[in-house]
Amino acid sequence: MPIKSYLAHPIEDKMDVLLDKLSKIEACEVVPSKNQNLIIVVTETIDDDEEQLLQNKLEAIEEIKLLSLVSGFNSPQNS
Amino acid sequence: MFEVKSDRRSFLKKMATLSAVAAATAMFPGIIFAEEQEMNIPNSEDLDWKKGPCRFCGVGCGILVGVQNGKAVAVKGDPNSSVNKGLLCVKGYHQTMCIQAKDRLTHALVKKNGVYKETPLDEALDLVASKMKQTIKEHGKDAVAMYTSGQSTIPEGYVASKFMKGAIGTNNLDCNARLCMASAVAGFLTTFGADEPMGCYEDIEHADYFITWGNNMAEMHPVLFSRMLEQKNNRGAKIIDFATRTTRSSMASDKSILFEPQTDLAVANAICYEIINNGWVNKQFIEKHCNFNKGLTNIGYGLEDKFKFKDKPSKINFDEYKVFLEDYTPEKVAKYSKVSVEDIKYLARIYGDPNAKVVSYWCMGMNQHTRGTWINNLVYNIHLLTGKISQPGNGPFSLTGQPSACGTAREVGTFTHKLPKGVVMNEKHRKLAAKIWNVPYERIPSKPTYHATEMFRAVDRGEIKFIWTQVTNPLVSMPKTSRYRPGMEKDSCFVVVSDVFPTPTSDVADVILPASWHIEKSGLYGNSERRTQHWDQMVEGPGETTPDAWMTIEVARRMGYGDLFPYSRENHVEEIYNEYRQFHQGAKHGMAPLEVLKTQSGAIWPYVDGKSTQWRFNAKYDPACTNGEEFHFYGKPDGKAIIWQRPYEPAPEVPDKEYPFWLNTGRVIEHWHTGSMTRRIPVLHKAVPNAYVEFHPKDAERLGIRNGENVKVISRRGSCILPASINERGLPTIGQVFVPFFDENMMINDVTLDAFCPISKEPDYKKCAVKVEKI
Repeated sequence: MPIKSYLAHPIEDKMDVLLDKLSKIEACEVVPSKNQNLIIVVTETIDDDEEQLLQNKLEAIEEIKLLSLVSGFNSPQNS
Repeated sequence: MFEVKSDRRSFLKKMATLSAVAAATAMFPGIIFAEEQEMNIPNSEDLDWKKGPCRFCGVGCGILVGVQNGKAVAVKGDPNSSVNKGLLCVKGYHQTMCIQAKDRLTHALVKKNGVYKETPLDEALDLVASKMKQTIKEHGKDAVAMYTSGQSTIPEGYVASKFMKGAIGTNNLDCNARLCMASAVAGFLTTFGADEPMGCYEDIEHADYFITWGNNMAEMHPVLFSRMLEQKNNRGAKIIDFATRTTRSSMASDKSILFEPQTDLAVANAICYEIINNGWVNKQFIEKHCNFNKGLTNIGYGLEDKFKFKDKPSKINFDEYKVFLEDYTPEKVAKYSKVSVEDIKYLARIYGDPNAKVVSYWCMGMNQHTRGTWINNLVYNIHLLTGKISQPGNGPFSLTGQPSACGTAREVGTFTHKLPKGVVMNEKHRKLAAKIWNVPYERIPSKPTYHATEMFRAVDRGEIKFIWTQVTNPLVSMPKTSRYRPGMEKDSCFVVVSDVFPTPTSDVADVILPASWHIEKSGLYGNSERRTQHWDQMVEGPGETTPDAWMTIEVARRMGYGDLFPYSRENHVEEIYNEYRQFHQGAKHGMAPLEVLKTQSGAIWPYVDGKSTQWRFNAKYDPACTNGEEFHFYGKPDGKAIIWQRPYEPAPEVPDKEYPFWLNTGRVIEHWHTGSMTRRIPVLHKAVPNAYVEFHPKDAERLGIRNGENVKVISRRGSCILPASINERGLPTIGQVFVPFFDENMMINDVTLDAFCPISKEPDYKKCAVKVEKI
């Protein structure tokens, strides 16, 4: 079960829209910064296939200027 | 069962979030995620939170380590620590993860026929003791040496000093703080006669201006920088970054001023010229509290083996000092410093404004300097001329790089010339040490021997035939490792390395001793603001790992000095600290009792009548002031600080046609020094997996170098191949390259120069000449 964290940089003035879109993705948890245009995104997927689908969804979000991977863990499904 | 597993996944998610918070903090100093930072810590009821100081830098943040079933599972900032108020940097959050590294040194290793054999620790310590004894018998006391660390705990440093100076009777003890803080020490002693900053971190809450001298605090002292940014945002305090390279600190500051390497000496003098020329001198202050001195000039660079230098101070008067400064008008200095006249005057106006409170911060930029003592003196001159010193929000503040460079290296005194109180050259100090150590005072030699660079030169020359390193990795951190690595490989020297992980230094060892890591032992550190902090052992170390202090004691006992080391394994930290405290009794340096340190996040010395002294030399705060005046610089016999006449002198090696670039080296926020710990922490290693060489984009374009392409950096001493970094983290000036030194696979210290400040003997890692070739 891949668990990853990213820093999502929104395009200008789109922080709220991006936050809204990311919050609606079930596999994502978001932590917005209070004083910078930056959102922490933590993803948790069941397997590599679902991970790929999630990647496609994230790539399709227009409000993301840059999505940088910070850390990745892979935990067995039952763990 | 399910719950346990579910907890693990939730823990991983929390760790992932925490990694992202830490990475974001590195990119945007001062970024706030508010409660989320705290929420991301596992909150299992089984967690036992234990307090201590952080393992890494000299800021000395308070940490709380969450221990569950005997394992450290989480780290958070200690909200009760006045140092960091609950904040931590990316390294701080992840520090305990290195314990689990697969290649952890868990047992002693002894080299037999070129192969390391796992050996019982007792047997390895027998061998170390017998080799040391045999070497002394055959070649004399000065054929053995110890090289320790500003990361050694106070008890570790103390027993090393007692062992070498009190038991064996040699001053062959130096430490890696020579590479980072010696110029600060020499600066303090020459100006004030007493080491360490007079102020404290609370200055941040009072200052109107922070002027950082060659100091990338956003990466090197990130928690303090966050506190400064908070003051910038909340009450409009200003940060001025004065540096040779544009960094994250420059970007977050109100103003960035760049100078040509080495010319900080001239700019500091130009600021003093302006202060005097504009009538901004605090005349009453300097008349009451200052003397004027000059020293020798053209003092050399220590490039020759066995280089010797002794300064000869002589008194001057204010008028003579004024005449000297005429060579440093802003107009004259602007020509070679590349700092505009306007910017020099801007800096001088800030210092000269009687209504502005100013703190100057610095660290390696000023200390790792062939005129390191001088530039420390010169910044003190600015604060003394204006009387902006020893008051809340006003003062010069030399930051330390290592967690106990102050507490251990400087206060315990693990330098060749030092004793726990004072210096070996002073008979009174030797007598005090001999009394407390219960040894004949004649045993402590009165002459210093080898400072760090000269110690490794002596190994190379074959004079030192036994060396024991603890808590340090000199074959990555020394300058000009291209000489010192082959030197340490010679059969003429028996090398003992005590460490937690294998390093390029342990690679050349005859015996490797498995050391306990930070929280696997009890200890004390002393940070940049004179704060002594204690921690109790939190977890058991693996295999036969043992605290360095205890290994030193065991060797001393095996050599017949058991009566001098009567400590018990269980309580040796407490017993040693209580013995050590005797050296510093009194109002000038009294240290808090251990019982106090156990209950709070440290105490600042002088600790007098149950109270920390936050601002020394100011009678309002410091009970050691006895002259009846507002200020008393009691480190000097007449109670007056010294304003030093120190000129600009060029660096020993400057760019020329053949080697046209300045090479500057340093650190990155993710990695601690030589990377032996942080490169074993996956999050940090992934963030910055290797070193690189930063170029100015114009230089890169001219040379046809693109980002990521391999480049060979070559000096007269050696070379190093690294990928190019253009317009990424830092931006060197045109004609300068920058390389971080954490990567043992890209040994930039094969390239650096082992020139040092003749007074402090601290090497200059910031300036030498190199050429670059695209691979």
